Amino acid sequence: MYQRYDAVIVGAGGAGLMAALNLAGHGHVAVISKLYPIRSHTGAAQGGIGAALGNLEEDHWEWHMFDTVKGGDYLADQDAVEILCREAVETVYELEHWGLPFSRTPDGKIAQRPFGGHTREYGKAPVRRSCYAADRTGHMILQTLYQQGIKNQVHFYNEFHLLDLLIEQGRCAGVVALCLATGEIYTFHAKAVILATGGCGRIYRVTSNALALTGDGMAVALRRAIPLEDMEFFQFHPTGIYKLGILLSEAARGEGGILRNRDGERFMQRYAPTLLDLAPRDMVSRAIYREVQQGRGIDGKNYVHLDVRHLGSEVLDQKLPDITDFVRTYLGIDPLHEPVPVQPTAHYAMGGLPTDLEGRVVIDEKNTPLPGLYAAGEAACVSVHGANRLGTNSLVDILVFGRRAGRHAGKYIEENDWVPLPPSPDRPAQDLVNQVLSGNGNERAAAIRDTLQDEMMDKAGVFREAKGLEAMQQKLRELRQRYRQVKVEDRGRKYNTELLEVIELGGMIEISEALVAGALARQESRGAHSREDFPKRDDPGWLKHTLAYQTPKGIELKFKPVTITKFEPKERKY
Amino acid sequence: MKVTLKIRRFNPEKDEKPWWGEYEVEAEPTERLLDALNHVKWYVDGTLTYRRSCAHGVCGSDAMLINGRNALACKVLLKSVGNKVTVEPMRGLRVIKDLLVDLEPFFEKYKQVKPYLITHSLTPEKERMQSPKEREVFDDTTRCILCAACTTSCPSFWANPEYVGPAAIVNAHRFIFDSRDEGREERLEILNSSDGVWRA
Repeated sequence: MYQRYDAVIVGAGGAGLMAALNLAGHGHVAVISKLYPIRSHTGAAQGGIGAALGNLEEDHWEWHMFDTVKGGDYLADQDAVEILCREAVETVYELEHWGLPFSRTPDGKIAQRPFGGHTREYGKAPVRRSCYAADRTGHMILQTLYQQGIKNQVHFYNEFHLLDLLIEQGRCAGVVALCLATGEIYTFHAKAVILATGGCGRIYRVTSNALALTGDGMAVALRRAIPLEDMEFFQFHPTGIYKLGILLSEAARGEGGILRNRDGERFMQRYAPTLLDLAPRDMVSRAIYREVQQGRGIDGKNYVHLDVRHLGSEVLDQKLPDITDFVRTYLGIDPLHEPVPVQPTAHYAMGGLPTDLEGRVVIDEKNTPLPGLYAAGEAACVSVHGANRLGTNSLVDILVFGRRAGRHAGKYIEENDWVPLPPSPDRPAQDLVNQVLSGNGNERAAAIRDTLQDEMMDKAGVFREAKGLEAMQQKLRELRQRYRQVKVEDRGRKYNTELLEVIELGGMIEISEALVAGALARQESRGAHSREDFPKRDDPGWLKHTLAYQTPKGIELKFKPVTITKFEPKERKY
Repeated sequence: MKVTLKIRRFNPEKDEKPWWGEYEVEAEPTERLLDALNHVKWYVDGTLTYRRSCAHGVCGSDAMLINGRNALACKVLLKSVGNKVTVEPMRGLRVIKDLLVDLEPFFEKYKQVKPYLITHSLTPEKERMQSPKEREVFDDTTRCILCAACTTSCPSFWANPEYVGPAAIVNAHRFIFDSRDEGREERLEILNSSDGVWRA
């Protein structure tokens, strides 16, 4: 099946929808998405979107910028962070104008609350910067953008899975996707493609990420010689529900919740005396791991308590209703009366497809763009989050850079023509599908995936060291071998979700290879990347981005300098 | 605990009519029904087909008929369903494969009620003002995740597929009662049509 569009956006979460809304009216545009748009994982974001509106106290985008740079352990590109924090303000107003039902202050303005790592006057004390709609801010953003998509008659291909990226004559020429309903393979010939396919948290056992978050856009691009940037930086959110990994928003601590160990001690006092429980996520997650290692986990197990009992029923019911419900549903306890068992949960890829400030995918250390190819959101790495993302900044990122990618692509499609396609551009995708469907091995995809997730959690999680990472590389080689022996029981065409899961798994293994290669090479500890064998940050050696390329010989790394404009790297203390 | 899942199966490429499959699963009582379905798909029968994504009740993918009532499979714990649980696709929408139904008609009805803020007056530079009290009025309806569980458990919808159904009405309410919205008249007119609220 052949379709031709000016631009195709892959992914219908916040970044994809924002790009679509900014492309609307510039040409013939399609959005293809593995899920119905309204099912996208943007909808699971809880605590808020950061913007220096100053509705409750003095605030400035420069303070937000400083916090983001420091939170990212000085690895973020500061020109990009400046754009993020400046444009955050107008972005939040735009959402409100589109109807987003924010919670309100008593005088009717958008309500704001404190969040981890967000401070006033360059680190003096927490500031109320997170604009929120109870604890379902992401749900409201996704709904609002989808509603605007309906209003603007955006053309959606629902339940289409990305299989391949077409690159001809050094330019992007479209994508190939599988229609899940029919099993047909579609070639989308396009002048511009925006990859907004989200994250890859499902490479880990305990994760806040949806089952759909398998890094499809990253994997497909990696196979087409496009690098992934800074993949070794993966954020573990400190407060996932024990064992399940379901996210309990930092808003719980923003509203006054406290983390306690088995002795009832507020242990963050020892790790971050100024910001305490509102220190950035990487530090809090490490603190929890240390408490557990030193025998201060609850009942000697690998979890601690999040205590929100003192907040009272009004705060829980009105400001944190969803997470209160999650705790009641999945743990069978009432957070008003009992502390909640939590453990760090794999949450967010700081790395991804390298892009410039306009969302163009860049393919080398000199930031050379690949014409026609864009990326935005968690799939991309601008880099605004550096080595560790601050809470609320992912929602800013998807919107600010989704919009920039959409706008730039809008100009690009007006000024450029389609690149001609070769005969049978969908051949590699057809081969991939046929190969999976005809596989006669004896391996179950789920068994391979289980091993991948357990091993990644163990060897490439919150703490890493050379020995474990080398063992992980060996494991990944074994998993690749086993993957070749995968069998599927469903050989049909219509809604073959088993086929889909097998294709996803292949990409997850390849993304893990890039992540582990970066983690092994980076002999320092910075932000979310914490090496037991190299516990210090090493600016002379490692104040640089990694670019991981897939080659026949395995992953090869190149390095790219960090852009520093306003804030020179300093020791990171809270 | 041991749980027997009795699942309504239908493969459009093989089956002339639906049939019941029974699967015994060993699971913790605190696990979700979705976990049990995943176990069957991943380790027993790879052809079992259903939608799922977030697995904690916010994306709305896995609404299905569970022991005769519509619910999200990821919000139902096994301890609450007993040792035998019957799982079927939602009613009133065409079954495509196993538990997966055709959602297009459902989303078409959502679109009918103009589910987006309509304003005619000038947009301010900053936010529009709205008091916490005004915001509270439509709070409940902002929570809808469009899972289709309500619409497909409504006998009026089964009887008349043209009826907009409860989910679309909820989403019309969400805007009609939003103090910032100026599209009240247009939406009330849609709800006042023969396939609007009078079918409820």
